[in-house]
Amino acid sequence: MADLLIELFSEEIPAGFQAQAAENLKKLMTNGIVDAGLTYASAAAFHTPRRLTLAIEGLLEASPTVQEERKGPKVGAPDQAIQGFLRGASLTLDDLEVRDDKKGQVYFANITKPGRPAAEIVAEELEVTIRNFPWPKSMRWGSGSLRWVRPLQSILCLLSNEVETQIVPLEIDGISAGNTTRGHRFMADDVFTVNDFDDYEAKLKRAKVILRCDERSAAIWQEATSQAFALGQDVVEDLGLLAEVSGLVEWPVVLMGQIDDDFLGLPPEVLKTSMKEHQKFFSVSNPKTGRIERFVTVANIETADQGATILKGNQKVLAARLADAKFFWENDLREAKTGMLKWQSDLENVTFHNQLGSQSDRIKRIATLARELAPIVGCDADIVEKAALVAKADLSSEMVYEFPELQGLMGRYYALEAGMGKDIAAACEDHYSPLGPSDDVPTAPVSVAVALADKLDMLTGFWAIDEKPTGSKDPFALRRAALGVIRLIMENQLTLPLAAILKPADVGAGAVDLLGFFQDRLKVFLRDQGIRHDVIDACVVMSASDDLALLAKRAQALQLTLATDDGENLIQGFKRANNILSQAEEKDGVEYSYGADVKFAESDAEKALFAALDVADAQIKPAMDAQDFSTAMAALSILRGPIDLFFDAVKINADSAMIRRNRLNLLSRIRTTCLSVADLSKLEG
Amino acid sequence: MNTPKSFQEIILRLQSYWAGHGCAILQPYDMEVGAGTFHPATTLRALGSKPWAVAYVQPSRRPTDGRYGENPNRLQHYYQYQVVIKPSPPNLQELYLGSLKVIGIDMAVHDIRFVEDDWESPTLGAWGLGWEVWCDGMEVSQFTYFQQVGGHDCNPVSGELTYGLERLAMYVLGVDHVMDMPFNDPLAPIPLSYGDIFKQTEEEYARWNFDVANTDVLLRQFKEAETECENILAQDHLDPKTGKHIIMAHPAYDQCIKASHMFNLLDARGVISVTERQAYIGRVRSLATKCADAFVQTAAAGGI
Repeated sequence: MADLLIELFSEEIPAGFQAQAAENLKKLMTNGIVDAGLTYASAAAFHTPRRLTLAIEGLLEASPTVQEERKGPKVGAPDQAIQGFLRGASLTLDDLEVRDDKKGQVYFANITKPGRPAAEIVAEELEVTIRNFPWPKSMRWGSGSLRWVRPLQSILCLLSNEVETQIVPLEIDGISAGNTTRGHRFMADDVFTVNDFDDYEAKLKRAKVILRCDERSAAIWQEATSQAFALGQDVVEDLGLLAEVSGLVEWPVVLMGQIDDDFLGLPPEVLKTSMKEHQKFFSVSNPKTGRIERFVTVANIETADQGATILKGNQKVLAARLADAKFFWENDLREAKTGMLKWQSDLENVTFHNQLGSQSDRIKRIATLARELAPIVGCDADIVEKAALVAKADLSSEMVYEFPELQGLMGRYYALEAGMGKDIAAACEDHYSPLGPSDDVPTAPVSVAVALADKLDMLTGFWAIDEKPTGSKDPFALRRAALGVIRLIMENQLTLPLAAILKPADVGAGAVDLLGFFQDRLKVFLRDQGIRHDVIDACVVMSASDDLALLAKRAQALQLTLATDDGENLIQGFKRANNILSQAEEKDGVEYSYGADVKFAESDAEKALFAALDVADAQIKPAMDAQDFSTAMAALSILRGPIDLFFDAVKINADSAMIRRNRLNLLSRIRTTCLSVADLSKLEG
Repeated sequence: MNTPKSFQEIILRLQSYWAGHGCAILQPYDMEVGAGTFHPATTLRALGSKPWAVAYVQPSRRPTDGRYGENPNRLQHYYQYQVVIKPSPPNLQELYLGSLKVIGIDMAVHDIRFVEDDWESPTLGAWGLGWEVWCDGMEVSQFTYFQQVGGHDCNPVSGELTYGLERLAMYVLGVDHVMDMPFNDPLAPIPLSYGDIFKQTEEEYARWNFDVANTDVLLRQFKEAETECENILAQDHLDPKTGKHIIMAHPAYDQCIKASHMFNLLDARGVISVTERQAYIGRVRSLATKCADAFVQTAAAGGI
């Protein structure tokens, strides 16, 4: 058994790419060597800003020899065919075996594929892996043709067993694999040789490189929290930032600094965003004041002055950034106090889309729509309209210009400063939500109304100018907007018939199409909750399916019914009835839609079905009227027994034409009753 | 290495460092540009197969960044230091770090980082991958491996280093406001600060850029430059007077630079709407692309 160690050493890899790249290196290499006949015990991949590393343990030293038997042409076949076969098998005629086959004598080749040494296989697979590596973005450099995320500097590739360590011979675009690597760029830049993985990891650590990303993350978090703890403060948790920072350093050194008193009056979100986005700092808050008073930066070097110079530099950069932020904040507050009217009128000059007018036009449309939605959501139309009119005013503010990600949040601060109510301020912040599938959905009525209007306007607008999403292209994030509407409706239990909102006057001929788009998105949404797509199809065609909450309720009830034994068999019964009926209708050219009469029923099973349908119809109709789908479906599923018995006992195509007609009309009753609940013909299986 | 004392000393040290590493030290391009990348020594010379190694200071103008000389580090006129080497040498990062050392940045006490930055110039139809280089959390340079310019793949690839000279110098010299930065030796008989030289001009240009520049004239000049660029490129390669084969890629590119600067001025005057912006950028890019198409056919690009 051998161990394999590979390190691909390059110039700095973007932090966000590293983890996936390490995983891909492991997957591609292990798949490759296994396909080539090697087995291994375990594999692990590692990443730092400058290296991707793969360690495989318990690797076969050679792939096993494989015997293969290949059937060739008949004896006496044209020479061309025989020569071709020999070439393919790399054999001569003497090597072939002649065997009797059904059709006469046939040549057989016994091919021995000798095993290959692991080094050869690894070299081949590593070259393929490097040349075809799935980087999200890659580049060329110098005069070469190789693509890598940034210039690839060196390759370390070693096979080792108890006896020896061997460099795997490999050269790619002038880079030869070797047994050396280097340490930290500034603290230990010398080249050193490596024997195996343990040696590699230990020597790296001596050369000021922590190979394992989780170890770097843990060290950063541990040191940051303990420094904060010593001051009675808390580091604001941010796992995304921690992962990013861990990918920017090989030797993390945590430094804590103080934010100048001048800036402590800024909203904590502004401090946090500015420090995170521009400087990749963690925020440190004082639990007594709730304010962010300090920051943590992670350097990549130990210095003789304990990081004093680095901290001073970082503090200076931060002060410049925050001075900007403070300047914006103070200007904005002055403007907000005057009621934000100038901001609103400024939006007249900001194009939303050249065919859909300015941001200001859009806001007016949202306000009108939000008014309409107010009674449905259950809030005051005037307040909703006012909220909609100011909800995007902060887009004109200096702070949002500088930090677009603070849109909405700044709106809340500024609305409060302008003396507006908390519900309006909340709508400013929350009307963009939900943005993603895991984002919280607003629940405050004013916020819900504005959030719905915001998204519906996007959808109707882009539909009206025929800018719909196609395939993977959705530049205006309309799928996300539709999902937002769906989640707002579902999670707030709103009764919102969309047909009335998506007026053809606004959307043009696309209104029906847009409703279909919503229903498709609902399908995706419900599928994530385990509802089958055909179940939704069966419900979409029913009346009032533009009420998405109702549609979902119907689908959920149907899915539950289908999960029962009765439900499943009922569907089979329905399908059987439907098939026989459809065929007969087609053949006879008539529609058997009325007039099944119990007095022509001959058998008990037939009579029982009549009775069962009477009972079911009596229950289903009022239940459906009350949108009580579970009761309706339950009533439907009691038909299962009578339908099964009916088909067992009764022959539809009776000799008497009258009896036959009556029975077909009875099947039609089954169909009508079933279809009154959902279009069961759309169900699969 | 001792610490430099002035802005110009930093420039001089960079010049002699890169000269010592084999670069031809060029002079600034004699036109208004937004960044050192616009110098034809970068934009055009990044194209084609011929090796190239140059360094130069490029005065750059960004009319929208004018702050009347009041902001500590925002200027409508500033200097970039630009290094372009084709093909990019394998030790370009080390060479770059060496240049920081000569201007007085001690790698043992500072935290130097290469942070992902994908560079793209929509006006030049160019992009590359590389980093922002951070020193103690401050961006001091852009480091880019050019992949495409004017819509053409770069082959071989050029390595481009861009130093924001004022910001870098302020950091090295420990100055908080750009106008306070010593431009020449503070002990010289006539010591001059950055402000002595540029405070007044920043004010003058800010006023002109933002409020006075005649937008009708600018618009006309934009269109004229555009027309002339296309006119130049439409000429037959065979010069009827000399009988020589002359593709006028550089004169055409001058017009592209001119159009780009007119666009920047119009932008500062606030007369370009968000939608129009894209259209203008597209027009400049189309000129840049045509100039690149022309240049790759010339001898300087190793073409026919």
